[in-house]
Amino acid sequence: MIKAILIFNNHGKPRLSKFYEHYSEDTEQQIIRETFHLVSKRDENVCNFLEGGMLIGGSDYKLIYRHYATLYFVFCVDSSESELGILDLIQVFVETLDKCFENVCELDLIFHVDKVHNILAEMVMGGMVLETNMNEIIMQVDAQNKMEKSETFIFQSTRQDR
Amino acid sequence: MALKIVKGSIDRMFDKNLQDLVRGIRNHKEDEAKYISTCIDEIKQELKQDNIAVKANAVCKLTYLQMLGYDVSWAAFNIVEVMSSSKFTYKRIGYLAASQCFHESTDVIMLTTNQIRKDLSSPNQYDTGVALTGLSCFVTPDLARDLANDIMTLMSHTKPYIRKKAVLIMYKVFLKYPESLRPAFPRLKEKLEDPDPGVQSAAVNVICELARRNPKNYLSLAPLFFKLMTSSTNNWVLIKIIKLFGALTPLEPRLGKKLIEPLTNLIHSTSAMSLLYECVNTVIAVLISLSSGMPNHSASIQLCVQKLRILIEDSDQNLKYLGLLAMSKILKTHPKSVQSHKDLILQCLDDKDESIRLRALDLLYGMVSKKNLMEIVKKLMLHVDKAEGTTYRDELLTKIIDICSQSNYQYITNFEWYISILVELTRLEGTRHGHLIASQMLDVAIRVKAIRAFAVAQMATLLDNAHLLTGNMQRNGICEVSYAAAWICGEFSEHLENPMQTLEAMLRPKVATLPGHIQAVYVQNAAKLFATVLKSQEGNTDSTAAQETSQLMIERLPLFVQSANLEVQERASCILQLVKYIQKLQQKDVEVAEEVSALFAGELNPVAPKAQKKVPVPEGLDLDAWINEPPSESESEDEQPKAIFTKEETKHSRPRHIEVDEKELARRREARKQEQANNPFYIKASPSSQKVYQDTPGVEHIPVVQIDLSVPLKVPGLPMSDQYVKLEEERRQKERAEKKKKEKKKRKEKRSGRGKKHDSGPESEEDITPAHMVDIVTEEMPENALPSDDDDKDPNDPHKALDIDLDNLGEMAGRRPLADSEKLPVRSHRAVEAAKSPGEDGDAETVATQQPKKKSGKDKRDDKKKDKDKERKKSKDEKKKKKHKHEEKEEDLLRGEVHEPVVQSEGISQVAELPTSTSAEVSDLDFWLSNAPVPSNTQEAATVAAAEAPVAEVVSGAAQDSEPDEPKDTEMEETKSSKHKKKKQKKEKEEKEKKKKKRHHHHHRHSDGGGEESVQNGTVEEEEPLPSMSNYCLLAENSYIKMVYDIQGNLQDGSQVVVSVIFENKCDSFLKSMEFNVLDSLNSKLQRPEGSGPHDGLTVPFQLPPGVSNEARFVFTVQSIVMPQKLKGTLTFIVKNEESSTHEKLDFKLHFTCTSYLITTPCYSDAYAKLLESGDLKGSSLKLEGVNMPFHHLLARICFHHHFSVVERIDSCSSMYSRSIQGHHVCLLVKSSGQTVSIDAKCDEPTMLGNVLDEIKQTFSQC
Repeated sequence: MIKAILIFNNHGKPRLSKFYEHYSEDTEQQIIRETFHLVSKRDENVCNFLEGGMLIGGSDYKLIYRHYATLYFVFCVDSSESELGILDLIQVFVETLDKCFENVCELDLIFHVDKVHNILAEMVMGGMVLETNMNEIIMQVDAQNKMEKSETFIFQSTRQDR
Repeated sequence: MALKIVKGSIDRMFDKNLQDLVRGIRNHKEDEAKYISTCIDEIKQELKQDNIAVKANAVCKLTYLQMLGYDVSWAAFNIVEVMSSSKFTYKRIGYLAASQCFHESTDVIMLTTNQIRKDLSSPNQYDTGVALTGLSCFVTPDLARDLANDIMTLMSHTKPYIRKKAVLIMYKVFLKYPESLRPAFPRLKEKLEDPDPGVQSAAVNVICELARRNPKNYLSLAPLFFKLMTSSTNNWVLIKIIKLFGALTPLEPRLGKKLIEPLTNLIHSTSAMSLLYECVNTVIAVLISLSSGMPNHSASIQLCVQKLRILIEDSDQNLKYLGLLAMSKILKTHPKSVQSHKDLILQCLDDKDESIRLRALDLLYGMVSKKNLMEIVKKLMLHVDKAEGTTYRDELLTKIIDICSQSNYQYITNFEWYISILVELTRLEGTRHGHLIASQMLDVAIRVKAIRAFAVAQMATLLDNAHLLTGNMQRNGICEVSYAAAWICGEFSEHLENPMQTLEAMLRPKVATLPGHIQAVYVQNAAKLFATVLKSQEGNTDSTAAQETSQLMIERLPLFVQSANLEVQERASCILQLVKYIQKLQQKDVEVAEEVSALFAGELNPVAPKAQKKVPVPEGLDLDAWINEPPSESESEDEQPKAIFTKEETKHSRPRHIEVDEKELARRREARKQEQANNPFYIKASPSSQKVYQDTPGVEHIPVVQIDLSVPLKVPGLPMSDQYVKLEEERRQKERAEKKKKEKKKRKEKRSGRGKKHDSGPESEEDITPAHMVDIVTEEMPENALPSDDDDKDPNDPHKALDIDLDNLGEMAGRRPLADSEKLPVRSHRAVEAAKSPGEDGDAETVATQQPKKKSGKDKRDDKKKDKDKERKKSKDEKKKKKHKHEEKEEDLLRGEVHEPVVQSEGISQVAELPTSTSAEVSDLDFWLSNAPVPSNTQEAATVAAAEAPVAEVVSGAAQDSEPDEPKDTEMEETKSSKHKKKKQKKEKEEKEKKKKKRHHHHHRHSDGGGEESVQNGTVEEEEPLPSMSNYCLLAENSYIKMVYDIQGNLQDGSQVVVSVIFENKCDSFLKSMEFNVLDSLNSKLQRPEGSGPHDGLTVPFQLPPGVSNEARFVFTVQSIVMPQKLKGTLTFIVKNEESSTHEKLDFKLHFTCTSYLITTPCYSDAYAKLLESGDLKGSSLKLEGVNMPFHHLLARICFHHHFSVVERIDSCSSMYSRSIQGHHVCLLVKSSGQTVSIDAKCDEPTMLGNVLDEIKQTFSQC
């Protein structure tokens, strides 16, 4: 199971937080801070696994992260997930973002956090991996976006009618 | 209306959308909080509008703010509004917001049920998808219950997109609403073979997650997963399945054997590192579960270790990390193969990556030996000095202590060194683990008597320099050490060189800054020291010194009397008064030292940490009973305080109350017992356990090393552990030299407690002897503690509720169908098709009645009967059917049925895997497991067949034992037939024939003599109530004399049994000169006094007056104990009355049953589990029909007559253990359902087991 997915930048500013278990807002912020603290002080060429922090997890949980340019992608997972598998999943996630946003950068995530959530929802559901095939994910995301567009179009046209 | 909408739209143009909000926040870096609060105000305004688009926009912004840490739960209702929008765009926003901030205690959630249901059945798949995604994050028990059926319908949706989401979310539903698991499981299982790979993967995902928590319930799915594993190409699915197998193999070693080959193939073939790694991991799990000693496994271990070494040596830090992680798993069972890579692991200790260093540290734990402990710890100490972060340093500290203290300080050869290491560790600043160091110091000082003098000296120095190590006392965890130091100095003050100095150190004003509990210890131990000081000073002629000491105490103690801490205050004022009194006596020149030190006389022994818990509750004490009658609930709250004040009244009413209480208590006790009896999670005390566990075993395994050597070393001042390393080296050198000398003189093994020694290699482990005479005192346990080790289970684990037996669902409709109460709740006004729960697929008739909730018991029976009839046609085995009947009767009983291999409680899981041939499902699994792929070359075939032999034996043995008179061969083959490979069949036939012959043989022997014995047995027992069971059975009888006998094994000597014979004089004459003689057989001989011939009789050492009985004991030596034995014998005696005396004789047959070779031996449940796991035991089983007695009577009988002890008992299932005088282990799993009792047994000697089971059967055939 995945317990949480966090994206934050090099300064620890959250860009996306998805917790699959309920925490209070304060605890969530603390977890983000703690995770940032743990992850940011690690060198570039060390391993991508970290024994979990105090707040999230405990002994069974691990932080698995990747660092891309200005962003950290951190997954907090328990022992039922394959470590290398999750690393691959992060890669898939980032590549999907790249495809959907066309050359994704931090700004895309800043301004369109809702879209990122929607993409993530096609990959991970309730803490379990739903889909790992990038094409399938993109197809579903596109189909939903198309639907959204058609709705706004109808809405705009009705508005113009009145 | 239109105007309003237009107005709304115009307003909207000025609204901020999410992007504007983000931009705004970025532009207000300096006053972000203020800006956001204005934004929240705006959002509140927007939410008040009717326009859904405006609301959605506001909710979208709230979701963003939630991520920044703002509480948005106040908008929960608005979120629900947006969720219920008909537009997908808004719906998605609503669900996203809900998934981010709703949780179980959000009260508006209950408003969403119908909306979600509507969305789930929406024609638009994305509406459904969005609802499922949202629900997965905030599902509550109520939602789960109400929507379970809808979601289950979606599992068969036409669109794979919905199917996979529905399958995944089922896991969340199960967690919140465990009752849904059984009805939903068949469909979930079906989805494992869904045509869409995504759905399949989701199903695998869910089942793996379920199985991870309660693996034993999913063992029967192993064949299916095996198929998937060999067919799937999706690495995700493969990884999940392989991980699942890793969790299943510990429960079923045969599965492991089957897995090894395909897994090794995968290891060789795959290019995906993630898959390779998981394969290696599972192979490790398999190897752990299999008993070692099979030659082909060492190859697999080598393969794993090799692959892991490659990973560890890889430049990719991730692989290095994982390699170490997996290595630590191998370490537990195969330390040797890891130890050869010590170099590599020590190298990783220097890695710059902390994660990797931590993993390497873990491995180190298993690498230490007596030889290298000091060296490794020295290295770690260097790391401690270098470590920058406190977390890593603390980790190092705990590891050092772990490594040193493991297995009762097994690897420590020099405790002075260890104490100095501990003292060095106290210099760490800011560590959290002060208490850990302290407890080690205490432990060593208390348990290693030889080290006390040294330890006390060190602690005194520590106390003297306390200010150094506790610079800033309060915050510093290390000050805990002074707790230990003070206690050790006080308790063992006789070892102090300068007690006066230490006493002063303990009473320094600075002590008052320490935490309360430490101060208290200081004060108390100052008193102990005071006693010691007085003693030494009174010995001198100068009495002023003693008085000065008292004066010092009186001066210093008031500081503590003022302490805010109650304990310190109390102890201090107590002691202060005492000292004042002493001072008075001293002034009168009275000698007080003796009496003062008498206050602290007596030694404190170490007590095991769990000792308190293990004290059995004395009989008749009910801990749950109220001591005082609790206030009745009807009493209003304001009345209660009044009752406290009106004491008079309560006094009067007391006695009256008690009488009522007695009845009430009895009633409650009864009710509680009832409740416990019905609660499957309640582990009942077995009736015999108290008696059985009287003597606690386990003390003698603790190694007591006894070697005296070398002069104790004394190092002034704070010690440096490094010195010891050097000294130790020298000492060992010297010792080795000495040893060689000695060995030349005589080769005889000298060291106590060590088995064989493998010659003196360069420096083998055994060669290193401890520097001190070390006598490690064992911790004390209460005398009749109950050894049960399952006391560390988290009762709050949500997954516990999912421990539900699933084996007999689906197609096996007749076995344990879903009870009516188990169907998923369905809304009543729904159409019939929707109401049809898929769980009922098995029996369509029930659904057709349309009122599944209310069905009379009679109807149910009828349905069952139909099912049964169907079944009857199919089934070939008579036994099985009987089984079914019973199951149906018990249908409504709680889960964890007796017949199933899966038993509810975790504790008994190991026992539960004993293969049972009674359950069809399980024998399917057994069959699958035993049916290994036919190997290509013949040599392999031989090994495989050898491996299978026990399995085949289990099946055939079981069948034969239960119905011994029927010819079985044909039947056996019929059940197994079709899939059998020819080779195997032949093999099995041979096996069976052999077995049959053997069995026939002793069956014969058994029946001709066993009959009479057990008849006697029965007549004696039948009328007797349980407590007075007797093992004595009739040996022979005539008109003069009656002999009854009992055979008991001799615990000390594996080849001796003691036969106690009671002779009873039945006539009116005097019986004398009795001679007892037995015709020895090759196997069993009567022990006769030295010098007498092999055919001489033994004189019974007494005479019998009329009507008197007496007992004599005869010792027999036996060689083989696997078979019952009969010895013919004669008793000759003289009957003497007034007139005459006649010579009489009486022949008898002594029957040595296998049971009589068993000795009641208690067994810990974990040891028992280990025993079963080891795989050394062969199985067999037995079924008893028509046993008409309570389960505990049954157990008591087995315990009593067959010398077993109960290991664990849960409901009507119990595991039992016994040991033969020659050390054979016999394990039983006794399960009872109705009148049927099935006994699965394992023993390392199959012949013996068969005989024991026959004897048990005989015992019960009489009741």
